[in-house]
Amino acid sequence: MSILSVRDLVIEIPQGDLLRGVGAARPVDGISFDIAAGECFALLGESGCGKSMTALGIMRLLPAAARASAGTVHFEDRDVLALPEAAMRGVRGGGIGMIFQEPATSLNPVLTVGDQIVEALQLHAGLSGAAARARAAGLLDQVGIPDPQRRLDEYPFQLSGGLRQRVMIAIALAGEPRLLIADEPTTALDVTIQAQVLDLLDDLRRKQGMALLLITHDLGVVARMADRVGVMYAGQLVEDAPRREFFAQAAHPYSVRLFAALPDAERRGGRLATIPGSVPAADARHPGCRFAERCSDVMAQCGSAPPPWREAGDGQRVRCFLPGAAPAVAAASGSEPQAAAAEERPLLQVTDLKVHFPIRRGLLQRAVGAVRAVDGMSLQLMPGRTLALVGESGCGKTTAGKAMLQLLRPTAGSVRLDGVELTACSTAQLRPLRAKMQMVFQDPFASLNPRLRIGDIIAEGMQALDTGGAKQDMAARVAGLLQQVGLRADMAGRYPHEFSGGQRQRIAIARALAVNPQLLICDEPTSALDVSVQAQILNLLSDLQRELKLAYLFITHNIAVVDYLAHDVAVMYLGRVVERGTADEVLRRPRHPYTRALLAAVPRVDGVRSEAPKLAGDMPSAADPPAGCHFHPRCPLADESCRCSYPVETLFGATHAVRCIKL
Amino acid sequence: MSIQPMLLWSDILLFVLIASIVGLMLWARRQEALRAAWGRVARNGVAMAAATVLAAFVLVGLLDSLHYRALLPAQPGATARYAVEVNSALDALLADLRLRAEKTYSAPLATHLFAREALENSTQREFPRLQFGGMHLGANLAGHEFDLALRLSRGVAGGLAVWLLLAAAVCRWRGMEFAALLRIGSGGNALAAVSVTLLAILLLLGVAISVGGGYHVFGTDKVGQDVLYLSLKSIRTGLLIGTLTTLVMLPLAVLLGILAGYVGGWVDDLIQYLYTTLSSIPGVLLIAAAVLMMQVVIDTHPDWFATSAERADARLLALCLILGMTSWTGVARLLRGETLKLRELEFVQAAQAFGVGRLAIMRRHILPNLMHIVLISLVMDFSGLVLAEAVLSYVGVGVDPTTISFGTMINTARMELAREPMVWWSLLAAFSFMFALVLAANLFADAVRDAFDPRSSA
Repeated sequence: MSILSVRDLVIEIPQGDLLRGVGAARPVDGISFDIAAGECFALLGESGCGKSMTALGIMRLLPAAARASAGTVHFEDRDVLALPEAAMRGVRGGGIGMIFQEPATSLNPVLTVGDQIVEALQLHAGLSGAAARARAAGLLDQVGIPDPQRRLDEYPFQLSGGLRQRVMIAIALAGEPRLLIADEPTTALDVTIQAQVLDLLDDLRRKQGMALLLITHDLGVVARMADRVGVMYAGQLVEDAPRREFFAQAAHPYSVRLFAALPDAERRGGRLATIPGSVPAADARHPGCRFAERCSDVMAQCGSAPPPWREAGDGQRVRCFLPGAAPAVAAASGSEPQAAAAEERPLLQVTDLKVHFPIRRGLLQRAVGAVRAVDGMSLQLMPGRTLALVGESGCGKTTAGKAMLQLLRPTAGSVRLDGVELTACSTAQLRPLRAKMQMVFQDPFASLNPRLRIGDIIAEGMQALDTGGAKQDMAARVAGLLQQVGLRADMAGRYPHEFSGGQRQRIAIARALAVNPQLLICDEPTSALDVSVQAQILNLLSDLQRELKLAYLFITHNIAVVDYLAHDVAVMYLGRVVERGTADEVLRRPRHPYTRALLAAVPRVDGVRSEAPKLAGDMPSAADPPAGCHFHPRCPLADESCRCSYPVETLFGATHAVRCIKL
Repeated sequence: MSIQPMLLWSDILLFVLIASIVGLMLWARRQEALRAAWGRVARNGVAMAAATVLAAFVLVGLLDSLHYRALLPAQPGATARYAVEVNSALDALLADLRLRAEKTYSAPLATHLFAREALENSTQREFPRLQFGGMHLGANLAGHEFDLALRLSRGVAGGLAVWLLLAAAVCRWRGMEFAALLRIGSGGNALAAVSVTLLAILLLLGVAISVGGGYHVFGTDKVGQDVLYLSLKSIRTGLLIGTLTTLVMLPLAVLLGILAGYVGGWVDDLIQYLYTTLSSIPGVLLIAAAVLMMQVVIDTHPDWFATSAERADARLLALCLILGMTSWTGVARLLRGETLKLRELEFVQAAQAFGVGRLAIMRRHILPNLMHIVLISLVMDFSGLVLAEAVLSYVGVGVDPTTISFGTMINTARMELAREPMVWWSLLAAFSFMFALVLAANLFADAVRDAFDPRSSA
């Protein structure tokens, strides 16, 4: 008995001239699926394939330009698309709840948490006054927020991202919905918080028999949560399978490639499989299979007729002409990248680096305290190697990276690049040194000036550092760089907005490479990108390292990327490095309880749950760190002695160092 | 030599401004990127229609900036002497309108004054006959409507004829078919938009010439001056106040706004204190104080100015300067806020990582991303400034009383609207001209902004 039944749903956005009607983009083009009561159905796909549009279509919350032009949506035997708007308001919230990706913007900042939950209760449960407040407190308790009575009177800015997402879930639960639509509910959260929120959703689903439509691009989240998986591509479902079958043997070539594009330890040193090209535009017309032009197993019939659904056994259906399972993609098994010779001196040596931001109060703006964003971190990076700096958001990773480049002047400590002390250099003295160290930023949409052409963007560093030579040489160098990062040389005359996210990140890398750096600080360079595009960028980065002997300082929270790419790993918590060592040491034999919890929180594609304890709560504020070991309030091993002083470094072997007194 | 050409300071500034715009256009033609962007403006029908209207206004303004003094009738045995009165080319063209002054108010196209007066040889109060309006009709007032209709159709026919001649010339020159010049809207070209706008302007011009030859098209004001003449003379004042003030204000606002936002620290504090102090004093008060001081200086040095026109001109320039010095705060604050946002964006940090200098970052990365705000506030301020001039004239610290401006027209209209029966035509005339000018400037600036934003021109 299905609670939600979607049949051949088509969502159109009319385009072009209203009078002439050029045509319509179809972000969703004939999608059908059912969700049974209490079931978790995951809609999986890359950005731009129509996942969120489908959810909004079911809720009838489509943007003004879009409309559901064909198909039906039945929720509990009521035709949602035919309901009058007044009845629809009862379905939204009352029958179907929804939570969104960004907890920072989905709560109203000027209303207290309590007011926002009570609003939903008044609408859907008819409660008001003290009864509503008591119920709201009960809901906060249900979603695992400690001290609910106090939290009711707090404003969203007083809550952390994880707590805000819990409040969103509480609001969604207020109407006691039978179906909850979760649109990338944990994408904006850290892995430890993600694990908490996923546990909560799973728990609620089991206890209340609530169905869950989970929209995500993360295979790990799907493996952790879903009963059934629907893979979406260019507005259509291409595969529909129970979780076990899907992860045992994906049937559609696109699904197979998604798996192959995932970075992990087995593929280290090798190349990740990528999917050439990009998702077709929503206004493209497809006579045949939508994936045909990016598929390596393409046959003659793929281009002429859309493939029909084919049973692939045991509840698994696939839209592909290929008989049997799609052939696996040969991922080149890599050889371990050669380690640098031991006697080489480190390229980057950071000792006891501190970056404090003063908190100023009062009329005279006196410093009353400091946010200790980075509070005494030390690390070293050998030439040609990759050091990953891992940690949750807010632990000071990015600040540390900028302080090393002297984009922020450190408060104390030393940064030596190739033996030269950077903290003592003046701005003018730093300028020639800047050619040796460059940065690749997280957001490819914010890191390129929209008013400059690609050629000018790439040439900027050469002009500023005077390494480009004459004008013709510079143009040739720009063309060479574009080709080196896999773009065409004639793209130099275009503007950034004409490029996709992955292409923009290539441009950003080319810009950094233009001055021949030895050290590249990559600040989450792939976190804004889809899996298949991430694979392209990671391949590019490892190729460049091999060719140019670059050293990378890779700032990330994505453990899978670390496992694939890094030689050494440093784990940061609240401004300090708590554990460092080679990738194998830190990721296979973690010692510090924080590292263990962090690794355990990562959802794994094989669905194996780690036995290590889950982390409760959030990271404390860097303005007021806990006394003694910063980690003790969340640590399962902590006792009185942890509160006394910050632990010294304990060495395990030559390279593996941990700061914990319990080991 | 029957005239002596004169160059007022504002004329010089206006011509330098026009020359530099032409120079910039020539320079932009050689820059590939700029040429492409302006090419997009040139292909935008609305923009080109607006530009046509603006060009008509600028033409009137330029004609009004060619000043001269006429030669007085020669006295036997004396050297040639020139009149004290300074006139412009526009005055010469509009001599009919300028010299045909009535006694007082008369409605548009009227043949009689607007108020009753005691006539000679009569005890009754009557509407006296106008001296010039409908004079050619003589005593035969029955032919008034017919005469109007005739003049109207003659004006339309004349405008149409001139346009057809121009259109035929353009068609021959560009080798295009005639119908293409009328195809506006979707699928049309920018040339069609220009030609249709030009047709509208020529028709209005034809009607104004034909009807204005015998009547006062927009009526007359309190002292009997033709309101159409006043409106046309106001255009130069409006353009001057709008452009010169902006020229004073914009560099200040852009420089200080970006400096405060990007450099921060004590520079930011200083600039913030400066504009907070400036904007905490009521604007009119500040301007009034400055204008009064300037007036004292002018009045104590009568020897600086040979003619009253020169004195009025100096006062106009000083007003532009004072308005500019006091009105940069709003835009500077906007730009500071936007710069604070841009400063944190990663492309700025990427430039810092290359060691690009502060000035270069402000010029290459901050300024181009602020241009949309600058352009919008420039056009918004343009109309605001023309209105500010009206407010100041009301307080008595605006332009020189001898200078004709929209502000003085609106100011007198305030009293006229309170009369019974109401005198509405001065306000209507000022309003229509200002509306056309500001709307055209707005539409043109919109198109320019879109064309220079690479994101919207995909």
